[in-house]
Parts: sequence; structure tokens; C-alpha cells
Amino acid sequence: MRAKVIDRIATTVIVFFALLIVGLLLGMLGFILFRGISHISWDFLTSPSETIKAGGGIGPQLFNSVYLLVLTMIITIPLGLGAGIYMAEYAKPNRLTASIRLIVEVLSSFPSIVVGLFGLLLIVQTFDLKYSLMSGALVLTIFNMPLMVRITEQAFRSVPKEQKEAGLAMGLSRWKIITSILFPVALPAIITGTILAAGRVFGEAAALLFTAGMTTPTLDFTNWNPFDHNSPLNPMRPAETLAVHIWKVNSEGIASDAKEIAAGASAVLIIMVLAFNLLARWLGRVLYRKFTSIK
Amino acid sequence: MKANNEAPVLFRRHKAEEWIGRIYTTVCVLFLIVIIFSIVYFVATKGVATFAVDGVSMSEFLFGNSWGPDDNKFGALPFIAGSFITSLLAALIASPLSICASLFMTEIVPSWGKKLLLPVIELLAGIPSVVYGFIGLTVLVPFLRDTFPGQGYGVAAGSIVLSIMILPTITSVATDALGSLPRNLKEASYGLGATRWQTISGVVLPTVLPAVLTGVVLGMARAFGEALAVQMVIGNAPYVPTSLFESASTLTSVITLNMSNTVMGTVQNNVLWSMALLLLFMTFIFIFVVRLLERRAKI
Repeated sequence: MRAKVIDRIATTVIVFFALLIVGLLLGMLGFILFRGISHISWDFLTSPSETIKAGGGIGPQLFNSVYLLVLTMIITIPLGLGAGIYMAEYAKPNRLTASIRLIVEVLSSFPSIVVGLFGLLLIVQTFDLKYSLMSGALVLTIFNMPLMVRITEQAFRSVPKEQKEAGLAMGLSRWKIITSILFPVALPAIITGTILAAGRVFGEAAALLFTAGMTTPTLDFTNWNPFDHNSPLNPMRPAETLAVHIWKVNSEGIASDAKEIAAGASAVLIIMVLAFNLLARWLGRVLYRKFTSIK
Repeated sequence: MKANNEAPVLFRRHKAEEWIGRIYTTVCVLFLIVIIFSIVYFVATKGVATFAVDGVSMSEFLFGNSWGPDDNKFGALPFIAGSFITSLLAALIASPLSICASLFMTEIVPSWGKKLLLPVIELLAGIPSVVYGFIGLTVLVPFLRDTFPGQGYGVAAGSIVLSIMILPTITSVATDALGSLPRNLKEASYGLGATRWQTISGVVLPTVLPAVLTGVVLGMARAFGEALAVQMVIGNAPYVPTSLFESASTLTSVITLNMSNTVMGTVQNNVLWSMALLLLFMTFIFIFVVRLLERRAKI
């Protein structure tokens, strides 16, 4: 009898804590959206930020975040894919492979601030790329590559072995098998994973403080020549992203409406992250259906 | 006859493709290796300069209690202590919650529990750290200020924010471990007439303990390296905290706040790099512990 009572209590406690976590998430999302959405307007999304006056927007920061994301992915995807394919298809189960795997693990556990500091030392100063979008993108590449490698490796490994054997039987080269047989099958998983990784890049801030910088020059959104210094597309200009802006406004913002700006910007950030999440799920499902002809 | 002429061409193309693939993927992997060695090299040379060039003693840095870079006091103990205390507390708060969440998904209601909790855990993992910091700053800190002594900023606020951030890490590792548990273990226990809780506490949890601990250590590693969210709520006072509600600092928060205010190459700057080196060193220790636990988990 006592054992049954204890069982009841334990079950109740477990269920309570599990539901508490659900409640916690809903509470936080609700709070952010409730506090923030009232502050989001077209003007807030497009106008430049103010340091002292109230009424600043997040236009350049939003643009910077998206642009930095694109730059990062352009560098990360080919590198991460390559390394992931190596791990899945070329690496033999030996010491060397084990140590590469360890390196990927260590690299993904490095605190992002340490990676940011390394970027400051090597990319910003030694390579003299200054505080710039390019420095930020390179450091985010370091940050994101382990994730990309893992995504690719898993995606390739989950392709049925028979498909590869069929290719081998046809006398195709290994690279041909990888690119035209395995890659299309692995693609849905890779795309889903990549979008999720992109969502993470979007929210990353610590590594960017010391590489992309905490300022944005006045941008001329009519000038799309990437070599002009006030063009938004210029990859060599400093760029404060949305996440960095939230941090800065919270810790040293002196504008009278700093709290509202932080709330609005957080809501935008959360909405973007949610959008990335939903997009990844949706696209993953659609592509999976398309490639496997499962209705 | 025609086929004979084509064969060498095909063979050559075959070889060329083989080489392209091999070289391209190998270069990508080499890039990873170069990165990790250069991170360690660059951070280490800067971090060691504090002791080798500027002559600050290692024991002062590690065990010194007073921090005043302008008066040549480089005791980083308050920050080291702050980092350890907050990440330990975060793990203490998050672990039971995470274990309950994964038990809920695997043992209590596997049918709809996973559908409910898995997306929640994924979303929690996806929320950017600055947003956690912002919520901490606007909800948690005022709450702590009103209910407990002190300003609200401090170790408690930092640990609570961190614990929510590392919840997904621990939960996903624990869920994987619980999910891969052989079914006959549980069935044997139920067959003996044990209740669900007796099975969980007597069979399930002891078996997966090393794996769950792996998750806890991974979570702690994440908490140890987290910078901005902690910096926003911990108060940033350079003292070893004596109470949960007292302002403190962590290694990451000090680096975040001071790096851009100091000039490269000065002692004040180098000592921050020494802290980064310490963070790097701790990462290696965490991974070492994880590897040890994984080896135990296999047996």
C-alpha cells in the first residue's frame, strides 16, 4: 500500500515539473510577445536607433542580423558540408578520425566569448579586417562549423546503405556517388539542420561584441554598391546586430525608452527564431515527402 | 572497338572525380584542425603573457581576493568563484527538472508526452541568450528584489537564468539515455511486482546515471561559458559572494565588460586573456569528464 502511495506522489511530482517547464516556456514567450508587440511598428522596424533620445528603431540592426546570417551561411555551408562528408564517407575508424571527432566536439563546446576573443586577435587585428561584418561572419563560421559538420555527417549516415552499394555496383566514383546519389537523399535533413543552425546564428551575440562591433555607421539604403563605405551591403563596415543591440540597450542604454526598445527588439528576435524553427520543420517535411515519394 | 577507346577516358574522369572529392573534403577537415590549434595557440600566448611578461604571479591570479587592475591587483578569485558557484547552482536547479521532463517523456506518458515536451525543449534551446538576460532583468530581478534582501541582482538571478538555459541540454541527453534503455530491464522489475516509481528509482535511474551525469556536465560547461545573459543579471561586483542575493561576477562577465575598455598589450588587458585561457582550460576539463562518463555509460 505504501509503495503505491509513493508511486502516486512521485508521478505527480514528475508530471508537475514537466508541466512547469511547458508553463515556463509559454510564460516567457507570452511575456516577450505581450511586452514587445505593442512596441513593434513599421517605424520601429525601419528607423535607425538613437543613443540618447527616445523613439529609436532597430532598422539597421535588423538588416545587419539578416545580412550577417547570409554572409555566415555562404562561408559555413561549403566548409561544413565538406568536413561532414569527409567524416561520413572518407574517414576510416582509426585514431585520426577519433581525434578529428574530438576536435569537433571541443570546438562546439568552446564558450562563444572565447571564440569571439580569438576572432578579435586573429581576424580583427592580425588580418586587419577591423570590426566588420566580414570578421563577424568568419567568427560565426568557426562557431557554427561543428554544428554543420554534425548535421551533414548524420544526414549522410542515415542514407540506406543499399543506395550506396547500388552506385558502387554501377562503377561510379565515390565522389559521384556522394554528389548524385547520397546528397539528394541527405538534403532534407541537411536543410532542416542548416535552418536551425541559422536560427542560432541569428541570436548569437557574445562572439560578435569583439568582431562585428557594437556600432553601425549611418547607412544609405539607396546605395547598393557593396564597395561604398555607407552602403548597407559593404561587408567591411562595422555592424551591430539585433542581439548585440538588445544587450547594449539593457546594459548601457541611456535612452529613456530603453526598456521598451529592448522589449520590442526581443519580440522581433523571438519571432524570427520561431519563424526559423517553423520553416525548418515545414521545409523538412515537404522535402522529405518530395524525395521519398511518401504521400 | 569503340568501347575500348572510351574506357581510358572514363577511367581518367573517374580518377579525377575521386581526387576532387578527397581533396575538397580533406581541406575542410584540415581547416577545422587549423582553427582549433590556432585558437588554443593565440589565446594561450596572450593569456600566459600576464605571468611571463608582466610578472603577475600565478597564485595571485588564481587565489588573490582583490581585483583592482588600476592598482596592480589582479586577484581573479572572485570571478573564478562566481563562475563555479553560478554554474554549479544552475546545474543543481536544472538537473531535477530535466530528469523529470525526460521521465515524463519516456516513462510516464510516452504517447503524447514527447509531442508536448520535445518542441518545448527545442524552443527553449532556440531562445537567444540575450532574450533570457532581458527576461531575467525585467521579471526575475525585480521579483528577487521584492521578496529577498538585496538588490535582486546577484548569484541567485544568474543561476536561475542559467538553469533555464541549460535545461534543454540536460533534458535531451537524459531523454536519449532513457529512450535507449533495454526494455527487458523494466519488464523484469514490473514482473517482480514493483511500482513504476520503484522501477524508475531502483532500476531505470541507476542504470542511466552515468549518461544523465554526462548531460549535467555538458550543461555545466554551457553555463560556465555563457556570457551575456549572466552579465545582465549578476550585478558585476568584484567580490566573492557570501550570499545568494549578493552581486557577483563571473569570468565571462568581467571579460565582456572590460575587454573593450583596456588597451591591447597592457597588463590590464592581458589578465583578461588569462581569464579566457582559464575558460578554455575548463572546457577541456569538462570534455575530459564527459568522455570518462561516456566510457562508464557504455559498460
